[in-house]
Amino acid sequence: MSTTATRPDAGTTAPKTKKLGHRARAQRKEAIVLVVPALLPIIVFSLIPLLSGVALGFTNATLKRNAEIDFIGFGNFIELFGDQRFWGSFGIGIVWAGSVALLTLVCAMGLALLLNSDLRLKGLTRVLALIPWAMPPVVIAIVWRMIYNPNSGPLNGTLEAVGIPGVNWLGDFSTALPAVIVVGVWAGIPQTTVLLLAGMQSISAEQHEAAAVDGAGAFRRFWHITLPALRPVIFAVTALDFIWQFNSFGLIYVLTEGGPGGKTMIPPLFTYLEAFRNREIGYASAMGDVLVVAIMLILSLYLINQFRQNKGARA
Amino acid sequence: MTSKRPWWGTVLMYVALAAFLLFLGFPLLWLLSASFKSTSELNSLAVNLIPAEWDFSNYTSALERQNLITAAGNSLLVSIATMVITVLLSMPMAYALARLKGKLRATGTIWILTSQVFPSILIIIPLFLVLRSINLNDTLFGLILVYVTFTLPFTLWMLQGYVAAIPAELEEAGEMDGATRITILRTIILPLLAPGLVATAMFTFVSAWNEFFLALVLLQSPELYTLPIALRSFLGAEGQTQLGPLAAGAILATIPSLIIFSILQKKLTGGMLAGAVKG
Repeated sequence: MSTTATRPDAGTTAPKTKKLGHRARAQRKEAIVLVVPALLPIIVFSLIPLLSGVALGFTNATLKRNAEIDFIGFGNFIELFGDQRFWGSFGIGIVWAGSVALLTLVCAMGLALLLNSDLRLKGLTRVLALIPWAMPPVVIAIVWRMIYNPNSGPLNGTLEAVGIPGVNWLGDFSTALPAVIVVGVWAGIPQTTVLLLAGMQSISAEQHEAAAVDGAGAFRRFWHITLPALRPVIFAVTALDFIWQFNSFGLIYVLTEGGPGGKTMIPPLFTYLEAFRNREIGYASAMGDVLVVAIMLILSLYLINQFRQNKGARA
Repeated sequence: MTSKRPWWGTVLMYVALAAFLLFLGFPLLWLLSASFKSTSELNSLAVNLIPAEWDFSNYTSALERQNLITAAGNSLLVSIATMVITVLLSMPMAYALARLKGKLRATGTIWILTSQVFPSILIIIPLFLVLRSINLNDTLFGLILVYVTFTLPFTLWMLQGYVAAIPAELEEAGEMDGATRITILRTIILPLLAPGLVATAMFTFVSAWNEFFLALVLLQSPELYTLPIALRSFLGAEGQTQLGPLAAGAILATIPSLIIFSILQKKLTGGMLAGAVKG
């Protein structure tokens, strides 16, 4: 990650400090005054809980009042290692997050290309594309539960009208996970589209025109100009989307509560149930620890890639 | 761009556009139509977007039956409080992040970005214990505190982008005239930052208004439920749910964020881009 200017103008227009020694010290003092009000709640309600959350994974803590908390070392992790339910949910989480991130990328790329072209109806599409973004996740889950409803939903209604027997989309073992993935993609399209669109608009039109003059078709221009230019955006968006989806909770909780038979039980949901229904917060925290390690691995891959790109750009 | 596209290409693109419009727009339209349908029509498999009979009673019964007004009031209180506190706290730090260089800035930036990716479940367990030990679990005040903490990183990131866009020369000019830092902040930076502050505030409001998971963990008393939690409690076993009032309540919960998002649309793009893409 480069520390030089996140906005191009921030680093370049800032004055080269004249009296550095005195000024640097004054700046440090100012920095402390400016930063403390926001830093305090972050430390108390985010950093400390995070660290104690990590530590709780090494204890036998429960939610029962007056229960003693003992350090039990790696006990939870040893138990967790053999916990098929957890690893099952881990696998489902990866399938869920991976499918949603990739399908969202493909759909959003298509939509962004359409919105970046000379078609009509762009205003309307922009507004409609915004809807899933603004809707509260609970409402999204409620609407899709209605759509998937086997007895009154429009999906089965349409199927029945053309003579195909209906399906219990969220209740059937084989369709539940694909069904929630579709909802995840629907909810994720706006953000990714907007980011890709912004990336596309920073590509100069001259490049495309020059290529068109040279006889390159739309597909070749997409493949050789748009796609390479968007590479950093695509990579960042997909990596972050994967992490967000892997950590997501509300959508699936309201849609299926992890069912049927744990087929949509993603790790955050499993951890939540372990902590607040089974009241085993030590064990649940250990699960959280494993999730953090997994996410850190993914994140470091992302950062390494980012670092390489920065190096490449400078060379 | 170029007009060399063959006619079938144009047709294909409009077909794709129509498919996207249908996919993205249909759920909201279905919800809207469900909120005006009678119970018997809601329980049939007939696929009609326009209700056979317009039934407005879903809205009144939604508001009467399920303490929805209390929940909306709670949501409004929590969202506004979160918005005000978050913006007040983040303004100075965002300024520091944008203007200062060196280790502090780098550390702050890395923390902001990584805090976006931690699973909230790992933080909420100890947070629940902390809040319980000071008797703030199951209170709206506790929820507000947690919301402020969870929205701060992104708010800081958005705001520092807006500060960075204000030329530093303007401040230098003020400094030459002998103005103190506070005066410079108040008279030069604040007015220029106003649009950014408004955008950030609106974003914070929507985040709190839509939030589900933290409220689910922290609130147990039904009279404290925020709108998403109250809506979720509408859902009974399949078939027992009163679909009409549920749809009406869902529409009511969506309207504020829909309005704010349509205003914010363009401004968010910049903030998200700065946050997600340029590390």
